Amino acid sequence: MSRFKTFPKGGIHPTDYKEATCNKEVQNASLTSTAIIPLSQHIGAPSECLVQKGDLVEEEQIIGKSGGFVSANIHSPVPGEVLEIKKIFLPNGMAVDAVVIEVKGEFKRLGKDADLRDWSGMSNEEISAKIAEMGIVGQGGATFPTHVKLSLPKGKSCETFIINAVECEPYLTSDHRIMLEKGSEVLEGIQIMQRLLSPLKTVIGIEANKMDAVELLQSLITEKGLDIEVMPLEVKYPQGAEKNLIKAITGREVPSGKLPLEVGVINANVGTCLSVYEALVLDKPVIERVVTVSGGAIKNPSNLKARIGTSFRSLIDDCGGFSEEPVKIIAGGPMMGFAVYDLDTPVTKGTSGILALTSKEIKAAKPTPCLSCGRCVSSCPMGLNPTKIFKYIDFNMTEEALEAGLMDCVECGSCSYMCPAHIPLVQGFRGGKKIIRKKSMKKAGQ
Amino acid sequence: MKDKLLVTSSPQFHHPQSTASIMWTVSLCLLPAGVWGIYIFGMRALLVTLTAIVASVGTEALLGLINKDKTIFDGSAFLTGLLIGYNMPPAVPLYVIVFASVFAITVAKWTFGGLGANWMNPALAGRVFVFFSWTSGMTRWTLPHPGSADVITGPTPLGSIKSGLMTMADTITGPMDLLAAEGVPVSYMDLFLGRIPGSIGEVSALLLILGGLFLLIRKIANWEIVASYLGSFVLLVWVFGGFRYGQGLFSGDVLFQLFSGGLMLGVFFMATDMVTSPLTSKGMLVYGVGCGFMTYLLRFFGSVPEGVSLAIIFMNIFVPLINRAFQPDKFGKLIEEEAK
Ligand code: SF4
Ligand code: SF4
Repeated sequence: MSRFKTFPKGGIHPTDYKEATCNKEVQNASLTSTAIIPLSQHIGAPSECLVQKGDLVEEEQIIGKSGGFVSANIHSPVPGEVLEIKKIFLPNGMAVDAVVIEVKGEFKRLGKDADLRDWSGMSNEEISAKIAEMGIVGQGGATFPTHVKLSLPKGKSCETFIINAVECEPYLTSDHRIMLEKGSEVLEGIQIMQRLLSPLKTVIGIEANKMDAVELLQSLITEKGLDIEVMPLEVKYPQGAEKNLIKAITGREVPSGKLPLEVGVINANVGTCLSVYEALVLDKPVIERVVTVSGGAIKNPSNLKARIGTSFRSLIDDCGGFSEEPVKIIAGGPMMGFAVYDLDTPVTKGTSGILALTSKEIKAAKPTPCLSCGRCVSSCPMGLNPTKIFKYIDFNMTEEALEAGLMDCVECGSCSYMCPAHIPLVQGFRGGKKIIRKKSMKKAGQ
Repeated sequence: MKDKLLVTSSPQFHHPQSTASIMWTVSLCLLPAGVWGIYIFGMRALLVTLTAIVASVGTEALLGLINKDKTIFDGSAFLTGLLIGYNMPPAVPLYVIVFASVFAITVAKWTFGGLGANWMNPALAGRVFVFFSWTSGMTRWTLPHPGSADVITGPTPLGSIKSGLMTMADTITGPMDLLAAEGVPVSYMDLFLGRIPGSIGEVSALLLILGGLFLLIRKIANWEIVASYLGSFVLLVWVFGGFRYGQGLFSGDVLFQLFSGGLMLGVFFMATDMVTSPLTSKGMLVYGVGCGFMTYLLRFFGSVPEGVSLAIIFMNIFVPLINRAFQPDKFGKLIEEEAK
């Protein structure tokens, strides 16, 4: 039993492999000669392309304009010339337009002292507009546009503002490093958002495997006299999943199909806090992010600050390349990340990690029939019965699968991770959800 | 490199255990108890165990040819064979073992769809099938004779009590007395270590408990089943077990019941069989209590001395029902109830 709080139901303890990078300071990645910038790096409508082949762009110039209410601006991470606009595949399988820019000309900020701005005189509307302008999206992986999240609908108020510093995915340490190296900046970012939300309580949730960050933030908070609580949490995956984190911290359960605001909660990721700080204080858009490059096949695992649009290949080269042949390259963490086959895949706003894993690490095996061992059931943080739902989908019984809670599945992967029969449960659930969405769309169309 | 990279759906890595590693781990944990059985019952015990394994794996392989599915390496058929061997008296005729194995794999496992789809533990099904078909062969017990080749037969402690109870004198206050009066005295230590007649793999309570603890630590055996099975059985024996010796409540001989017969083998290695036990914690607790209760009933009131196999099979029948009754609580349910 741990002395720290956590969510009560389900959860697993995968080997976390964080020691490979958690003590390594963030290094600057090498600059690429061409940047590939997808026009959809967030949940919601893709951004509208503002440039054409042959255009010269400046660093930080907007090249993609927010394409709807739930959408975000995209800025050029480099100065240069637009070579082409082409279709690429993102790691999640989506085909999107991407602007290819050849680096030319001058970088704005390199080697210059930062010019700090004071946001305390700004109105809430101005702050909100700035966050929207700078293209900030949730950096924990969900990439929901931050300005949308921070605008409270009429009649709703935020009781608890939760900063998600859990980083429960194995291998990843970018949030951890950000807290250690940019603690004050993160806290100021939180203060900016506190202004917008005026929450009754602000809590930073951190897993107890990062006690150095807990202590550092705590001492900074005391020193500055801020109204922020740091709460260490028991180490358990998927503590970083929105609903589970809210449960762990507030004890309240967000009902099925509802948003956190239903229980008075707004949450934001640590990296997002840093971006908010940079947007308001440095007037800097999201053009780079910290990426953990790790895994057994990487020679020298590191945390790199990389510009958006830098290829995976270039970051892996920065880490000394491969020490052995990887069997999988992953964008994100091993539990929820996507396997990629193309090392030219670019870093986007949501890329928290690049992992090159060996066969020893992935422990793949041929699926066998379900043993009814119940491990998927006891590991599911949403209290579902994965083996049952999987069988329903397998037999094309979508109604029953829905009834059994398929739509509540957050695709955290705990069930598949534990399944001794190596049944691709999550893959089945994704497929099932797709079928159901298609069906309901058809119904709506009739 | 492109074509060599694996592109699969998340999660991208996996817990070290697989079906095969679980089956082989269970087999390994069973090994010491079998070695002990061979030590005290002689080479015949080894022959019996090997026959069961070869017959089971062979049957699985043959059926695999028909289905074009190679499943012998998942270890499940090996484990079934091992368990069948362990559940046999050392002197059993070899054809009985073959029947038990073929029945277990073909009828109890394959006709229901193979591994994972069977509703009762194949090894237990095989054992019970031959027990009722060849009862005399299945109840000829060998006395322990480490190091010597002379095979003498005699009853198991549980068997002796069953028959002894009919003719019991008034002075007897418990099973240990009764055994002494019957001329087959044993000590608790004999029972615990396994210096008693019995099935090959069931006699050494000590080694079975050690193997079982390892499975518990590895989370291959569920503590819920082990604890509720042992707990309910011990409680019933302690409270009511004294009656048959003319004693009052709370005077049953718990140690004797725990360490004789196939209880430890059943509790740790057969009741915990993943395929035939419930899915949720609550369900497992109910199932375990059921096993404990049925074992108590069968041992104290049944017509055969041993009750573990039948008790577990009986509870296997209820597993689908238990699974339906004890579903996990969905996340968010709390709030929905509050709202009502
Ligand atoms: S992926 Fe879905 S079903 Fe599986 S453990 Fe996570 S929430 Fe439960
Ligand atoms: S974890 Fe896998 S084998 Fe076990 S019950 Fe779930 S689906 Fe079946």
